[in-house]
Amino acid sequence: MAKRKFGLALSVLLAAGTLLGACGSDNGEEAQNEGNNSGGGESASEFSVAMVTDVGGVDDKSFNQAAWKGIQEFGEDNGLEKGDGGFDYLQSAGEEDYIPNLNALARRDFNLVFGVGFMMQDALDEIASQQKDTQFAIIDAVVEQPNTVSLLFKEHEGSFLAGVAAALTTESKKVGFVGGMENEVIHRFESGFVQGVEAVDPSIEIDIQYTGAFDKAELGKTTANRMYSSGVDVIFHAAGGTGNGVFSEAKERKSNDPDANVWVIGVDSDQYDEGAVGDTNVTLTSMLKRVDVAVKDISEKAKNGEFPGGEVITYGIADEGVALADSRGNIPEDVVAQIEEYQEKIASGEIEVKEYPEGKEPK
Amino acid sequence: MSNRMINLLVPAIAVILGLLVGAIVMLVSGYDPVAGYIALWQGIFGDSYAIGETIRQITPYILAGLAVAFAFRTGLFNIGVEGQLIVGWFAAVYVGAAFDLPKVIHLPLSILAGAAAGALWAFLPGLLKAKMKIHEVIVTIMMNYIALHVVNALIKTWSGGGDKTDRILESASLRSEFLSSLTDYSRLHYGILVALLMVVVMWFILEKTTTGFELKAVGFNEHASEYAGMKIGKNIILSMVISGAFAGLAGAMEGLGTFGNMYTRGGFTGIGFDGIAVALLGANTPLGVIFGAVLFGSLKYGALNMPNAAQIPEEVVQIVIALVIFFVACGYAIRLFLTKISKKKEAK
Repeated sequence: MAKRKFGLALSVLLAAGTLLGACGSDNGEEAQNEGNNSGGGESASEFSVAMVTDVGGVDDKSFNQAAWKGIQEFGEDNGLEKGDGGFDYLQSAGEEDYIPNLNALARRDFNLVFGVGFMMQDALDEIASQQKDTQFAIIDAVVEQPNTVSLLFKEHEGSFLAGVAAALTTESKKVGFVGGMENEVIHRFESGFVQGVEAVDPSIEIDIQYTGAFDKAELGKTTANRMYSSGVDVIFHAAGGTGNGVFSEAKERKSNDPDANVWVIGVDSDQYDEGAVGDTNVTLTSMLKRVDVAVKDISEKAKNGEFPGGEVITYGIADEGVALADSRGNIPEDVVAQIEEYQEKIASGEIEVKEYPEGKEPK
Repeated sequence: MSNRMINLLVPAIAVILGLLVGAIVMLVSGYDPVAGYIALWQGIFGDSYAIGETIRQITPYILAGLAVAFAFRTGLFNIGVEGQLIVGWFAAVYVGAAFDLPKVIHLPLSILAGAAAGALWAFLPGLLKAKMKIHEVIVTIMMNYIALHVVNALIKTWSGGGDKTDRILESASLRSEFLSSLTDYSRLHYGILVALLMVVVMWFILEKTTTGFELKAVGFNEHASEYAGMKIGKNIILSMVISGAFAGLAGAMEGLGTFGNMYTRGGFTGIGFDGIAVALLGANTPLGVIFGAVLFGSLKYGALNMPNAAQIPEEVVQIVIALVIFFVACGYAIRLFLTKISKKKEAK
C-alpha cells in the first residue's frame, strides 16, 4: 500500500514537472522575444558574443575580468546590450560547471562564445564538437575544432620585461616570483621573468615559489611575508587572486614604514589600484596580458565574417598582446628607456625569450 | 493531525519557507524572484538536457551521502569523504586509462579500483581509531589534505609535468551514446545505476546481515556491544572501510562518467562535505540519502540557470539555495510547531 502511494506521488510529481516545465518554457520564449523587440535596432540581432569564466570569477582583477572588459567594449562599440542577442557572461563555481555553462550560452544562440582559461580545454572541445553552428574561442589553451579559435599569449616576453624592471629596481639584489598552480602558462611567466632578471644582472638572487592555487590570498600573503622578510624587495606575482595577498602584505609593510623598499609587479590587468597606500603605491608596474585586446580582435573578425576557425593565434610583444603597464612614475625615466630597448629587441626578434624554464618543458 | 500527515507536511513546509525567504532576499537585492524561481525550475526540469545533467549531479551526492550515513550509523564521523573521493577518482581514472581490456572486465575493474582506493584511505583512520582511540574526525580531515596534494603530485608525475591525466579508454567509460542521445547530449551516465545499487547494498548490509546488526549495535552503545561479545575494533575498521568504498565510488563516478579524466586541483570538490549535509538531511537512512542527494543535486545544478536565464548574480543565488537547505535542515523545529498546533486542536 505504502509503495503504491509512493509511486502515485512520484508520478504526480513528474507530471507536475512536465506541465510546469512546459508553461515555464513558454514564458521564457516570450520574454526572450520581448527582449529582442525592445532591443530595437537591427544591431541587437546582428552579432552576439558571450563568455564563460573559469573558477576565478568575472571580478578576479585578472584575465577573466580583462576578457569581460574586452567583451563590454566590443558591445559598446557595436551598440549591443547585456543579455540575449547582445553580450553576456556566465560564472563557473567549479570545473563541473564549464560544460553546462558553455552549452547554455550556445543554446541561447550567441554567435561567438569565449572560454576563458586553460582549465576549460576539454569542456570546450566537447561542446564545440556538439554545437557546430556556434563559433568558439579559448584563451590559454589549444582546441582543435574547425569552429574554434585558440588564443595564446607570449607571457614569457612580457615577463622578460617585468624581470628587467625588477632587476633595475632591486636594491637588495634579491627578487621574488610568486606563481599560482604550476602549469605551462605560469611556467612561461617564470621563464621570462628569470631571463629578464639575468639579462640585466646574473648575480641577482631569484626566489621562485608556487602557492598551488589561484584563489588563496592568504597563501599569497604568507609567501610574500617570507620573501620580504628574507630581503627580497621586488615580487612579481602570476597567481590571480592569490596575488592579492602579495599586494596586501606589501601594503601593510609600506603603511607601517613609509620608507620600506617593497614593490609588487602586477599581472594580467593593470593592478596599479591594488597597490595604493595613502599617497604612495607599491605597484611598480604590471605585466599586461591584453586578453581584452585579443577578445575584441576576435569578436570584430567574427562579426565581419572573418572568424579564423581552427587556427591558433599567438599574441606577443610585437602584436601588443603583452606589455608593461604605465608605472605612473614608480619606474624612473632612464629605466623606462632601458626597458623599451629590450622591448624593441624582443619585438624585432633580436632577443629570443625561451618559453619554459629549464627542466619544466612540457612533454 | 496524524503522524503521517506531519511526516509529509514537514519537508513541504520547509521547502516553501526556504523559497519564501529566498524570494525576500531576491526582492531586497532588486531581482525578480518569480523569474528566478522559474529559471531554477527550468534549470532542473526544463528540458531533457537539464534533467540529464541534474541526475548526473545527483549521482556523486548519493554516494557521498551514503558514505557519511554508513559511518554515522556505526557511531563514526567520516569527515574524510572528500579525500576518499579524490583518491577514488584518481584510482578509477588510472585503471581506466592505463589498461586495455574488454569492457565487461575493464569498467567493473575501474569502478572497483575507485572503491578500493577510497576504502584504503578510510582504513587508516579506522585502524587508528580502533587500536589507539585517535579521534577519526581529526585524522580524516588531515587525510583530506594528504589526498588532495598526493593526487596532485601523482597527476603531475604521470602526465610528465602537466596538469591533467590521460583520458580513460572507451572501455572504461560509464557514458553511453544512448543516454546522451536520450538527453540531448547531456553528460548523464550509468553511474546513477551504480549509486542506486549501492543504496540497496547499504540497506541490505545494515538491515539484513549479522555484520550490519553488529555495526549498528556498536554505534548505539559501544560498551554494551563489547559486553555482548562483539569485537569493537574490527567493527570500527570495517565500518570505515565500507564508508570509504562508497566515497571512492563517488570519485569513480566523476572520473569514469562526468569528466573522463582528472585535473590537478587547487582545492576540494566540496562533494564530500556536502555529503555530510546530504546524510543528515536524510536521517542517515539509505532512502533518506536519496532524498537529500536529489535536493542538493537539483538545487546545485538548477542554480546555474538562475544567472543564465534571470540575470541574478551568482552570490545572491547561493544565498537563496543555502536558505532552502537551511530550512529543510530545520525540519525538527517545524515538526515541533505542527505537533503543538495539532495538540491544541485536540485539547479544544
